[in-house]
Amino acid sequence: MDDFLLRALLGGIGVAMVAGPLGAFVVWRRMAYFGAAMAHSALLGVALGLLLELDLNVAVIAVCGALAVLVAALERYKGLATDTVLGIVAHVSLAVALVALAFMETARVDLFAYLFGDILAVTRLDLVWIYGGGLTALAAVVAMWRPLLAATVHEELAEVEGAPVAGVRLAFMLLLALVIAVGLKVVGLLLITSLLIIPAAAARRVARTPEQMAVIASAIGCLAVAGGLYGSLRWDSPAGPSIVVAAAVLFTAVTLATLAFTRRG
Amino acid sequence: MANQATEPERPHGLLVEVAGIDLKLGGNLVLAGVALTASEGEIVTLIGPNGSGKSTLVRVVLGLLEPDRGSVYMRPGTRVGYMPQRVVVDEMLPLTVGRFLALGVPAAGARPRAVLAEVGAAGLAGRPIQRLSGGEMQRVLLARALLREPDLLVLDEPVQGVDVTGQGELFELITRIRDRRGLGVLMVSHDLHLVMASTDTVVCLNHHVCCTGRPEAVSRHPEYLALFGPLAERGLAVYTHQHDHRHAVGGEAAPLAAPPPRQDAAEDTAEDAAETEGRSHG
Repeated sequence: MDDFLLRALLGGIGVAMVAGPLGAFVVWRRMAYFGAAMAHSALLGVALGLLLELDLNVAVIAVCGALAVLVAALERYKGLATDTVLGIVAHVSLAVALVALAFMETARVDLFAYLFGDILAVTRLDLVWIYGGGLTALAAVVAMWRPLLAATVHEELAEVEGAPVAGVRLAFMLLLALVIAVGLKVVGLLLITSLLIIPAAAARRVARTPEQMAVIASAIGCLAVAGGLYGSLRWDSPAGPSIVVAAAVLFTAVTLATLAFTRRG
Repeated sequence: MANQATEPERPHGLLVEVAGIDLKLGGNLVLAGVALTASEGEIVTLIGPNGSGKSTLVRVVLGLLEPDRGSVYMRPGTRVGYMPQRVVVDEMLPLTVGRFLALGVPAAGARPRAVLAEVGAAGLAGRPIQRLSGGEMQRVLLARALLREPDLLVLDEPVQGVDVTGQGELFELITRIRDRRGLGVLMVSHDLHLVMASTDTVVCLNHHVCCTGRPEAVSRHPEYLALFGPLAERGLAVYTHQHDHRHAVGGEAAPLAAPPPRQDAAEDTAEDAAETEGRSHG
């Protein structure tokens, strides 16, 4: 196997593994739109990083993290619906980023790579980011699993029972920012939400417990990465979108299989 | 157990005491000068129309909302079991009743099954939480609150989504739990007559406390009647058949055995209707 292909596979699997449990929570907490909004604002991180000559991973994490804090703060004021706030913040930051990038004549930015990912160009340093960030996020999710799950089921009940609800909510958003930042390289900001949601949705069909769903979602995500890369090589299709297509094929297959199974049983 | 030296002297067994609570939400004064107490072994029911601030007051007692003014006292070390108004678990979350119960108390061991049996929901532990009927869900929520071995149960509309016979059974269950465990209960209801038999104290709330006292007294209180209108009288007549003495006109909480004269023709009409219905119920 070629080196670049091995790095692509390792990078994709690293992102898919952590996207499993985080994606499960995104689905349970109905935060798909939040994830998409955060991913959109990632491009502002890229623009800022180029402008200030920062490491792009750091810049993206910083901007996505700031969005998480901003939304958490705005949620306390009931004046605007959360999805309205998200819609404004996401698209304004995307637009500002595109304008800023257009003015930066010195930096030749491959916009397509940020929008749809460039997994075949994953470097060793990217792998360090993916596995460093991914393992951190996984460890954090495991550590706060019970309070996060309790708060997901019912925030007020969890709070009365002593769970640090506000803390785990913010921590979860920040972890999401981290995963979006490292996943940017793999499927890009327009498709990263699908890597969070599709494997989790497929896993729901077969999982009996929340933990099973998280683990199965990771496994399905890894399969989608492998399948997408294979398809990309075989048919010379763009790698990032091919991974999402592979995830969709897996979701459909699992859904049809469980439907057939339950009908017969 | 003894009161702290710096605290004001409080009666033994007092679990919760809130006083002078003002709270504004979105510019509206939702609670104005509200006071409330609950003690061990006592069932206190908050009643009031929709939007009268009942759930808000419950949230203040639980510490989920900070009042703008007033004091909230809870006896140090009080464990609270809370049953929220409505819990809907997303279909996407595979969660059994057993796991749902364990979310409130870690490492609960075999106790969830015992508590499920206590609330009459034995055998539900393995059922997906989304596959429960309204009555089953309320019992499971009660079980989760009881698993914490609470000193105080706070129940926000505990019979929501339960049919009429089920409602009566649930209130009886709550009374039995109080008797057995000796805990205090603070619950919210929108209907006095449903909870009449299973409550010691009623607090009638419409942003301020309209009246408070034993359920029979409150049901005859002019402020209560003004708040709930002829419907309340009808309910009273149907359920307790005490329509020949009530109406403490213009006064404070009417004493139990003081039947003031009737005044209002409109109320008489309401009563006639109630009487008819009462007879038809046997």
